[in-house]
Amino acid sequence: MELFEKLMYYLSYPLVQYALVVGVFIALCSSLLGVTLVLKRLSFIGDGLSHVAFGAMAFAVVLNFSNQMLLVLPVTVLVAILLLCTGKNSKIKGDSAIAMLSVGALALGYLVLNVFPEMVTSGNVAGDVCSTLFGSASLLTLSSKDVWLCIGLSVFVIGVFVFFYHKLFAITFDEDFAAATGIRVQVYNILLATVIAVVIVLAMKLVGSLLISALIIFPTMSAMRVFKSFKSVIICSACTSVVCALTGMLVSILFSTPVGATVVAADMVLFGVFALIGALKG
Amino acid sequence: MAQLTCDNVILGYEKTAVTGLINFSLNKGDYLYIIGDNGSGKSTLMKGILGLRKPMEGTILFGDGLKQNEIGYMPQQTIVQKDFPASVEEIVISGCLSRSGLRPFFTNKDKMLADEMLSKMEILDLKKRSYRELSGGQQQIVLLARALCATQKMLLLDEPVAGLDPETTEELYELVKKLNREEGVTIIMVSHDMHAVSKYASHVLNLVKEPVFFGTAEEYFASHAKGQEDK
Ligand SMILES: Nc1ncnc2c1ncn2[C@@H]1O[C@H](COP(=O)(O)OP(=O)(O)OP(=O)(O)O)[C@@H](O)[C@H]1O
Ligand SMILES: [Mg+2]
Repeated sequence: MELFEKLMYYLSYPLVQYALVVGVFIALCSSLLGVTLVLKRLSFIGDGLSHVAFGAMAFAVVLNFSNQMLLVLPVTVLVAILLLCTGKNSKIKGDSAIAMLSVGALALGYLVLNVFPEMVTSGNVAGDVCSTLFGSASLLTLSSKDVWLCIGLSVFVIGVFVFFYHKLFAITFDEDFAAATGIRVQVYNILLATVIAVVIVLAMKLVGSLLISALIIFPTMSAMRVFKSFKSVIICSACTSVVCALTGMLVSILFSTPVGATVVAADMVLFGVFALIGALKG
Repeated sequence: MAQLTCDNVILGYEKTAVTGLINFSLNKGDYLYIIGDNGSGKSTLMKGILGLRKPMEGTILFGDGLKQNEIGYMPQQTIVQKDFPASVEEIVISGCLSRSGLRPFFTNKDKMLADEMLSKMEILDLKKRSYRELSGGQQQIVLLARALCATQKMLLLDEPVAGLDPETTEELYELVKKLNREEGVTIIMVSHDMHAVSKYASHVLNLVKEPVFFGTAEEYFASHAKGQEDK
């Protein structure tokens, strides 16, 4: 009962409510995209892009942007489009391109933060880097403007997904066939890249850039253990992700554990459960 | 007017040509076999016809009421991942997308068409099954049903029987023959199976030699026999 009262006490704070709302939306979006990304064998684009976003964020800090999103979002979208649309024909293959960008952006970002430490307002470079990578407490420092931005972008992502659901299925399953029937694959790839970039920038707020891949991969993999049609996998992965995000966040509030790591731990536990169910079903 | 005409077409990648000069035209109801060794450009020509690659030279023309996006296509090897979660129903109906434009959902007409194709291919009982749990032959027939949802005018099949046992191969050939004879679907088939060529083809395109050979099946076998004698 004591726990329950403690929970109610925390939930009465608007900041905590904001965090929960934003967390649920981000979890929902990343799980929706996760299905497409995992099936397109692009699970690591999440990792790569989140490092690019981190690099851009570092530059935004050093250049003293009042709203870091203004730099981070366009840069990430651009890189995502480059990766997704040149992937098949470029001289540098997709996975190496992702790896190079990912490591390069991380290194550059860390470098500029260290070269210009006076621009880092908290005066603690290591701490700042750590919180961008792991998410930490930034979720509890959201302003209501951040929350509305988050909700707006999430609604956009969900809208795109619902509206183009069948086309995304066709492109994910068999790109050549889709192109042959007159679906403009490149247009949808650009759309998908944009949406992915948006979600990743959003997700950095929740779990930080290092753990984004987990948010993209785990719900999909869990759902695929048990369900066998595309639609049921998507629905299940969305539900799984939301449940894990909520549980993770509540646990982290109650026991003051780090948010991102707790959410991912919840995802891992659920993956174990689903794998077991899948194995039992045969 | 012919449904499909290749006029002095050369296909290739970047600046290297992989095919010779290709000239042929097909009418409604023809059954064309494209033959040639591995790497002679059969799949590349398929992609050219589908508009996935631009020809380096020449033009590919469509007529007789056929548009480029009205061609049903069955790819050589579906690079589809082994663990892709999709039901047979979802895959077959995705063939209808060519007609749905920006509409975000399928109509009842689309659903009925998908059912019709499933029963035509005699796999209505697989409708709710998961694609990844089907045998290789069943998977090919599902993809054929998907191609039929996209069109009833022209079908392109790129080595559809590779890896199938003789019985399933025969079954698939018979299904295609039925579509060709009874519904007048124009067929373009890539295959290494010379027995099937002699049995089903109305026309043959041989990419392997310069000049590229195109003619009716009789002409092909006549010239082929002559070639053997000359040796
Ligand atoms: N994406 C590509 N980029 C460059 N060259 C390619 C590409 N795809 C194929 N080729 C080359 O084009 C030639 C023709 O390839 P294609 O796949 O059309 O052959 P094919 O006749 O279908 O062979 P198979 O019988 O093995 O299916 C080959 O020499 C191949 O190396
Ligand atoms: Mg081929």
